[in-house]
Amino acid sequence: MRKMRSIALGVALVAGTFTASSVMAATTLKNVKQKGHLQCGVTTGLPGFSQPDEKGNWTGIDVDTCRAVAAAIFGDAGAVEFTPLTAKERFTALQSGEIDMLSRNTTWTLTRDASLGLNFAGVNYYDGQGFLINKGIGVDDATQLDGATICIQAGTTTELNLSDYFRAKGMKFKPIVFDTSEQTVQGFAAGRCDVLTSDRSQLAALRSKLSDPNSAKILPNTISKEPLGPVVRQGDDQWFNIVKWVLFTQINAEELGVTSANADDMLKSDNPGIQRLLGTDGDMGAKLGLPADFGHKVVKLVGNYGEMYDRNVGPDTPLALDRGINALWTEGGIMYAPPVR
Amino acid sequence: MTEPTMKAPRKAVRPVKWMRENLFSGWFNTVLTLGVAYLLVTSVGPLLNWFFLDANFVGSDPSACTGAGACWVFINQRLNFFIYGFYPDELQWRVNVMFLLLAVAFVPQFIERFPGRKWLGIFGIFGLPVVGYFLIPGGSFGLEAVESSKWGGLMLTLVLAYIGIIASLPIGILLALGRRSEMPIIRGISVVFIEVWRAVPLITVLFMASVMLPLFLPEGVNIEKLARALIGITLWQSAYMAEVVRGGLQAIPRGQYEAASALGLGYWRRMGLVILPQALKMVIPGIVNTFIALFKDTTLVLIIGLLDVLGTVQSTVSDPTWQNVATEGYVFVAFCFWVFCFGISRYSQKLERKLDTGHKT
Repeated sequence: MRKMRSIALGVALVAGTFTASSVMAATTLKNVKQKGHLQCGVTTGLPGFSQPDEKGNWTGIDVDTCRAVAAAIFGDAGAVEFTPLTAKERFTALQSGEIDMLSRNTTWTLTRDASLGLNFAGVNYYDGQGFLINKGIGVDDATQLDGATICIQAGTTTELNLSDYFRAKGMKFKPIVFDTSEQTVQGFAAGRCDVLTSDRSQLAALRSKLSDPNSAKILPNTISKEPLGPVVRQGDDQWFNIVKWVLFTQINAEELGVTSANADDMLKSDNPGIQRLLGTDGDMGAKLGLPADFGHKVVKLVGNYGEMYDRNVGPDTPLALDRGINALWTEGGIMYAPPVR
Repeated sequence: MTEPTMKAPRKAVRPVKWMRENLFSGWFNTVLTLGVAYLLVTSVGPLLNWFFLDANFVGSDPSACTGAGACWVFINQRLNFFIYGFYPDELQWRVNVMFLLLAVAFVPQFIERFPGRKWLGIFGIFGLPVVGYFLIPGGSFGLEAVESSKWGGLMLTLVLAYIGIIASLPIGILLALGRRSEMPIIRGISVVFIEVWRAVPLITVLFMASVMLPLFLPEGVNIEKLARALIGITLWQSAYMAEVVRGGLQAIPRGQYEAASALGLGYWRRMGLVILPQALKMVIPGIVNTFIALFKDTTLVLIIGLLDVLGTVQSTVSDPTWQNVATEGYVFVAFCFWVFCFGISRYSQKLERKLDTGHKT
């Protein structure tokens, strides 16, 4: 584990110095247009966020975030190529220019934002770390987990959060580290550990994978903040703005009641907010270097934020996640986007 | 050796006698036999049930899997993805052509009297990579380009293993010759190359190729991830191959080298006509062992986000719409690997028998 961390640190240091010296000037949009598609980094398979389906098409909320950017640039949500990346190589792939944006279940932290030569363009899912425990150990609260054996996935912020939490509470734990979430749940199912820790968005799905889901339960505690969102290279502010405002457009569309189904009708709306959002009024697109109707294309082809959420992780999907704090600010959540004007 | 040697007379073998002699020849063997028989009886039944009798074969969605046995519906549904990865549907015929050519080139090698099988084999080794180079990525001869990021599944496994095998053998032979060369610079380079590459685990090579290398390349230069992995695998494999071949070279008696020199042959002809044919024949088991190891090692590309056959399975078994299909997925992967590795192994045994000129006594 320590070795992994020092490798990661080394990579980060090298990466930091390298990208600091070579700023990719405002050319990402031009490159993308020239290529004819957006290259987007995703996971190698994480339910609800990015996972290939039967046909080998990628699905998930992170995938849709990429598709929305493609829709804004090309008016075609299919103009995206996906690069599956592991947790360890994701930042290098972005720094080296192998991908144009990273939408890979990545937590926004100070270190990553400030020292890796990257910019976080927003949050498309507010997550937090929780615990799945074997009911047999008779624990109802995370504070009772002193001395527990815990299964974790390597190379994620989960490891750090966990040791922070246990140190703060003066408790001890024995970590068992796995490489993928699939292996982690197998380890838990095989009884290698009493507790499995992961982002809460994954716990329900992982629990449903157990042969007897009733033998395990999710503890109520959330021990960390995990704002997940798309990431771009530092030094290209135009591209940064595009990715940021495409996401904001989706959130604003939900707030204004514009959906993929009614996007065409809404073009005739006399609400100035909707007019600016869909590009029938003002020159919002031009300011970003995008077509005037980019907002209309994003909402029509990919949907607003709520649609994107429901389609991939919402209550009707196997992940069955309530909106919770991911609801709009007007509905008790913290999803809030600055206004389009 | 003037008298004709005769085989020992065959003992009359009757089942009861055979069993008494081989299975129940003492209390210890009797206990072992009964123990193993008990294990077989108790495990074969449930395994058969799981694999076939209780298994679900037909259907198109998770609800079809009702039995207690395996859910092969899952494999069936995802088979396309497991074999072709993200390769576009309408272009998969190109991959199929390659599969077909692979079969045409190598299946006849198992049939002794197949006409022209030597030429098919030569095509398999030299022609197939060339055809594949144009056919699979496309982009020339009016074929639509398919980026390597879309390759995946069994097809990617075969690409990695095939190129790794085909490229590492000649490089390995050169390195082995280099290491035994009398020219100090060549010998030095070969020794350093072999010892450096052999001393690092493949996982490190792949990790360096995927994570570190792009950072050292000048801006705008972007070697594809697959190409980086392939170069890493080939170089790493060559170092192993070199040592296997060197083992063969060392086993050739000094007299052979001297005899070849006495015929007035130059270095390359001496090696190519006299030494290498004998040396390589001797180390076939070692070479094939390395091939099989490489074939299985290709799964490590998983850690750099290339979805080979194991990777495609792993990325889909976590799909929450399917319950507990991980076992089926991994059994499928194991089966794929077994088929290919067993094939390679059988072929090598055939080759050994055919090339046996009494050197094995």
